[in-house]
Amino acid sequence: MASTIQCKIVSAEREIFSGEVSMLIASGIMGELGIAPRHAPLMTLLKPGEVRIQFPDNSEEDYYVSGGILEVQPYLISVLADTAIRAEDIDEAAAIKAKEEAERLLATKDKKYELAKVEAELAKALAQLQALARLKKKLKR
Amino acid sequence: MAGAREIRSKIKSVQSTRKVTSALEMVSASKIKKAQDKMLSARPYARTIRQIAGHLAHANPEYKHPFMLKRDPAKRVGYIIISTDRGLCGGLNTNEFKKAVSHMRDWQARGADIDVVAIGTKAGVFFKATDVNLLGNVSGLGDNPELSDIIGVVKIMLDRYRDGTLDRLYLVYNDFINTMVQKPVIDQLLPLVPVEDENIRDQWDYIYEPEPEVVLDHVLIRYIESLVYQGVLENLASEHAARMVAMKSASDNAKELIKELQLVYNKARQAAITQEISEIVSGAAAV
Repeated sequence: MASTIQCKIVSAEREIFSGEVSMLIASGIMGELGIAPRHAPLMTLLKPGEVRIQFPDNSEEDYYVSGGILEVQPYLISVLADTAIRAEDIDEAAAIKAKEEAERLLATKDKKYELAKVEAELAKALAQLQALARLKKKLKR
Repeated sequence: MAGAREIRSKIKSVQSTRKVTSALEMVSASKIKKAQDKMLSARPYARTIRQIAGHLAHANPEYKHPFMLKRDPAKRVGYIIISTDRGLCGGLNTNEFKKAVSHMRDWQARGADIDVVAIGTKAGVFFKATDVNLLGNVSGLGDNPELSDIIGVVKIMLDRYRDGTLDRLYLVYNDFINTMVQKPVIDQLLPLVPVEDENIRDQWDYIYEPEPEVVLDHVLIRYIESLVYQGVLENLASEHAARMVAMKSASDNAKELIKELQLVYNKARQAAITQEISEIVSGAAAV
């Protein structure tokens, strides 16, 4: 009877897999890794690629990750998977896009209000909302 | 009967408004559940990465990552502000912006400049009109926001912190407490507040591949992204809850208005009939 180890694969959006496995094979940044039960505690970054898990009955399941972190504890393997493809230039492109959108917004700007003035406006808007709520209550009675 | 007809058309218009508000209410009611589920399903990742970050910081006391260095006095303060894309959700955004603005004013009073990146249309439109630096904006995340949507704006801020431009980074969003209560909160992202975890086991340490510093850097970026992502999900659930409540009260108001208008209409109709009868009767009497 092969021994097993608890394993979970999670991404930022959801839990992808959780259960007992007899072995996990992943492509670490320094090379292929096979993690069997009683592996030494390890933490490594993952390359985009397959994470293969083997069950005690010799069946297998494959998951694709676009990078992430693999953490091995004495009784638990966790894979923190990136679902999005991450690379320095792709991240940079996303940052540039966000900047451009801000610039587009700013291009149509009319006036710069000071925070103090904006705060007063907000307080006024909130007071109006509260007054409306009070008025409504009064009318109900 | 002219007055009666006017009232009738008014009733019609209030009725159609009510249809819209109650439809919006129902849509939001059904979306809350989904948003809450998403919030819950993102928790395992956040919890795990938080533990890892805590463990790493603990295991390498001599190595100080730039994200952990506190620079005083703060000369430039950054905010990541999460808002909704659409309105009609009561005072949700207004309350949040008010809290953020008063926080910013405190920093301005101490002589700091303010940088802002906005997630959601409302925050972008609001902060572009103020005297803060709007550096980035992302909107249109919809009901299924993904982590990849926020990478860009987070990177802008992290880069600025790393090169020493920013000295603080805060995250502002609406915390979903329950359907009736949403609370705007301001969390400090950077410098990292040390994670105190009593479960950290000092007996063993990991083997790191590659060096701990590289892993730590990677983990911390993911950690901050997951905090922001969690904020986006909380804010989404808050948005639907606030919209549901706002639309419910609007529908109730419309209902009352219709009731009152109906009364006025009936009175007008009654008066018209009475007048007609009295005209006929007096006409008959004259013959």
